[in-house]
Amino acid sequence: MNDMETKDLSLNDVKHLLRAQIYVGEDKLDMTVKTGAASDLMSDMLTGRNSDAVLLTGLCNVQVIRTSIIAGVVAVVLVRGKQPTQEIITQAREHGLPLLSTPFTMFTSCGRLFSKGLRGVEEKVPAATHSR
Amino acid sequence: MPALTKSFTIKARDFAKAGESSLQIQSILKSIGFVSDLIRRISICAYEAEMNVVMHGGDGELLLTVDPQNIVLDVSDDGPGIEDVELALREGYSTATPEYREMGFGAGMGLPNIKKNADSLEINSHNGRGAHLKISFKVADS
Repeated sequence: MNDMETKDLSLNDVKHLLRAQIYVGEDKLDMTVKTGAASDLMSDMLTGRNSDAVLLTGLCNVQVIRTSIIAGVVAVVLVRGKQPTQEIITQAREHGLPLLSTPFTMFTSCGRLFSKGLRGVEEKVPAATHSR
Repeated sequence: MPALTKSFTIKARDFAKAGESSLQIQSILKSIGFVSDLIRRISICAYEAEMNVVMHGGDGELLLTVDPQNIVLDVSDDGPGIEDVELALREGYSTATPEYREMGFGAGMGLPNIKKNADSLEINSHNGRGAHLKISFKVADS
């Protein structure tokens, strides 16, 4: 498989591709998103290099916001139409972290962003192996 | 630069506030102007340690000390302590409850991740008498 073209997306691209509702970050729609990450495990978000990534997550609690800020995530998208509580919105707003919600599942959300050129945060991509 | 110290109180099981001290530390380090990779490593360690105290420890304290050569996080609590330090440092080992796992924690990566990101980590734990982590970072010459 040839690598498809890699492309940075804007937050506005992410919002449109995911048909997302935006709760925080209307003023940052022209911001660049360089990579994507998808996880329900906050521990994983703290072990990788997720700086400048948009995080897609099925978790919907205030720790998602705090973990994202510590990890350097630049925007959070809640999948499956999850609605953030006021506490989550307030926390995101306080730290200027864009917060969106998409009706798509995690898998579909990742696929829609990947197909438009957004890539993951892998530092080293393992060599392809062929088997017959 | 004179040494800067700042102390933060950590309350056991207070998830409404869990992580706030680490966010403040991140903000202090940014305002001093350290390089972003150092700030990232220190913030991650502070946050992992703070979440550990909230989830597993008793009430505790996080003390930040900054001097021109070193940045140190002293994290102590009066909880049950770490029963087996060697085991707790093994990736994947966790004593977290299902409740904490539902919140996205408890993958057994906390202490190993602190060790990975810090320049040195000292753990002192006495069963029933709390734990103390001394997490140190060297400030590179610039």
